Amino acid sequence: MAEATAEYKVIGTRPIRPDGADKVTGRAVYGGDMRLTGMLHGKVLRSPHAHARIKSINTAKAEALPGVKTVITVKDFPVAEDRMANLGEMAVNVKLLSNNVMAADKVLYKGHAVAAVAATNAHIAEEALGLIEVEYEVLPPVLDVLDAMKDEAPLLHETMTTTELGQKTDKRSNIANHMRFLLGDPAQGFREADVVIEREFDTATVHQGYIEPHNATALWNEDGHLYIWTSTQGAFVVQRQAAEILGLPVSQVSVTPCEIGGGFGGKISVYLEPVAAVLSRKAGRPVKIIMSRIEEFEATGPTPASHIKVKMGAKKDGRLVAAEASLMYEAGAFPGSPVGAGCMCIFSPYAIPNMQVDGYDVVVNKPKTAAYRAPGATNAAFASETVVDELAEKLGMDPLEIRRLNGAKEGDRRVDGPTFPRIGYLETVHAALEHEHYATPLTGPHRGRGVASGFWFNVGFQSTVVINVNADGTVSLVEGSTDIGGTRASIAMQAAETLGIPYEDVRPTVVGTDGIGFTDVTGGSRTTFATGYAAHEAALDVLRQMQERLARRWDGEMEKEFEGQAERATVRITPDDVTYANGVFKCAKDAGKSMTFKEVTAQMARMGGPITGRATSQPRGVGGAFATHIVDVEVDPDTGKVTILRYTAVQDAGRAIHPSYVEGQIQGGVVQGIGWALNEEFVYNDNGNMVNSSFLDYRMPTTLDLPMIETILVEVPNPGHPYGVRGVGEVPIVPPVAALANAIYRATGKRMTQSPMSPGYVLSKLME
Amino acid sequence: MAIVFIPAMLQPLTGGVSQVRVAGRTIRTIINNLEERFPGVKERLLQDGDLRPDIAIAVDGEMGLDGLAEQVGENSEVHFIPPISGG
Repeated sequence: MAEATAEYKVIGTRPIRPDGADKVTGRAVYGGDMRLTGMLHGKVLRSPHAHARIKSINTAKAEALPGVKTVITVKDFPVAEDRMANLGEMAVNVKLLSNNVMAADKVLYKGHAVAAVAATNAHIAEEALGLIEVEYEVLPPVLDVLDAMKDEAPLLHETMTTTELGQKTDKRSNIANHMRFLLGDPAQGFREADVVIEREFDTATVHQGYIEPHNATALWNEDGHLYIWTSTQGAFVVQRQAAEILGLPVSQVSVTPCEIGGGFGGKISVYLEPVAAVLSRKAGRPVKIIMSRIEEFEATGPTPASHIKVKMGAKKDGRLVAAEASLMYEAGAFPGSPVGAGCMCIFSPYAIPNMQVDGYDVVVNKPKTAAYRAPGATNAAFASETVVDELAEKLGMDPLEIRRLNGAKEGDRRVDGPTFPRIGYLETVHAALEHEHYATPLTGPHRGRGVASGFWFNVGFQSTVVINVNADGTVSLVEGSTDIGGTRASIAMQAAETLGIPYEDVRPTVVGTDGIGFTDVTGGSRTTFATGYAAHEAALDVLRQMQERLARRWDGEMEKEFEGQAERATVRITPDDVTYANGVFKCAKDAGKSMTFKEVTAQMARMGGPITGRATSQPRGVGGAFATHIVDVEVDPDTGKVTILRYTAVQDAGRAIHPSYVEGQIQGGVVQGIGWALNEEFVYNDNGNMVNSSFLDYRMPTTLDLPMIETILVEVPNPGHPYGVRGVGEVPIVPPVAALANAIYRATGKRMTQSPMSPGYVLSKLME
Repeated sequence: MAIVFIPAMLQPLTGGVSQVRVAGRTIRTIINNLEERFPGVKERLLQDGDLRPDIAIAVDGEMGLDGLAEQVGENSEVHFIPPISGG
């Protein structure tokens, strides 16, 4: 266990997580554990076609099957309005959201929900699905972003027109949106460049791969109130989505978040909750639905495949003078890929005076994409960081030196306009340059070392925290942030630090929508930052109340010394006269008066009653995050298999509240990035059917594929947070794909322009 | 007066002007004054009297939280950018 620093007593230590015992003993309650009296089991019928018109659905045979209690289709849902609704993290079109949950007139990807059954057990429900008769008019699918952008491509949405540079047009197309960012004069910049590199890249569709599948249990009570228990990154966002889709007031929907077995951005959109709710309303009983792994792959949101063009120019001395990029991202069946974030991240590690970035959001016959750790940024960094590496090679520069020369710092401008506040990118490059890994020669045949950097914005958003003070000096902290990666601990630690009490005296509890004020999702690397901010403020609220009560208690007549003689005097004590440090309140006007935190809590009943501190936060001062990674690989020249020999990830963590959990986030992000880089991809046949929708065939890295991932925490405190916190959970997935591509190049002499760099692809490059 | 950075997508309405000094102490006033100088800008930024859901404000590098009521300083930089979420 790390020692507390001189500055802090709790922050920077590595205490045991409050939920640890429940999780290692199997007692933690996940969505799959839900059991309610009379509960039915739901199953969803999904489209076998990637693109088809629904001509008719006949549910009569399924309804007649003994044990089946109800069958629903889109007709059982309210007609969704074609309007944008603010659902917390971002605005969403309600009609498209609803149509993704249950298909209306068309199915737009294999796995699209068309009906659902509730039965007395899951086997009967499964059997009933086979009795539902759906007549389809099969349409040609479009499965690739470049194909989808062609004028002659089959249209997914007949009425959708392209928004071109912010302007609605009449052009019917699969291109939902074309956006552009411009800084300086790129044409002039390229004229001034001595070296220009232009390349094109492709990335595949990949899944977050959380272990726990989506699940939902719903009870639509006879009084009209809807209760939902689910695995989600944000109970309030589920509440809002369900309310919009089902046409209910938000107050009529209560959502309880169960423990979550991974999300990574994939558990923000709802899929099952409205379906379970409608089944429950129709059956008059609670209904639970759990997805299979096949459904996870075929019917939830992966991250987009993409095609990216990058052109960058530099002077002979290595200074970057111009950059251009076009990012074409697959949105899946409905608009809304993270191409905007990709555009804004692609060149963000660098101070480049002239840049233009174009982004295209394109619909294809695949599941609607969802967020996945730094959504959009990994694809982009693969392209730009590979080109930066090639520029360094052409210029005869060390690949980290070109990053040090051009690295963004405070005051430098991003392509979308704003300037950076205090950031720690250059510190990550310095730390990588000085690390023993980078200084150690890599010897042996077919081996290479690669580096890459990455940026992610992080977000703030809204959080609420309540702290209830107990008479024994402990406190109960109530929050609405789903615990992912140890956030109960990281938030409790900030409260403990502010309160001046031991971490073990803070008991954090995650509650649902009925138990706390609005709290956005655990996502965007925001929770330790924003909910931690609220915890700090709630703790200050507790201390303020204690100071007010002590001021009242100490106010009045006291003994004072005057000209060597003790005498009684009336002294007014205000809360400002009550100081607090090291767990002790003292009276600034009377050194003889003091009380410890525990003494105050023990006296609460006689000092004004219970004390509850509360705070809401929507903080500004979000600190962006940067990372720089080093990786060594060995490539088998006969098979193309890439073996990772060593991996070091350097990251600006702001202030690491719980360093073990920061390191865990970095290691987790790197592992997912490695999977993305080397093996993971959705493989489709020509009909749009995914042919590898199981963990047997969708190859995620296992512990046998990985070395120890070393983490280096660079701590450049974020001035926008009382404890200097920056979000840490997303940026570690940004550099790995590019770092591995650059390492494979050094090992083979072949530039990688496609991910995954699977053995087959690498071998094909070796045979060129 | 604040320095308003015109995003590339709005520059056709400003004749290619990428930065402009605009008076106003809130984003609402800034947009109204922009509209007077560059007709059509307001329609591209607002919807039903509020900021469009696909547009966010950044003032001096900070994401705005108060919508059209966001305060703008005398020499603030104002940017119109896409909203950021995350995973």
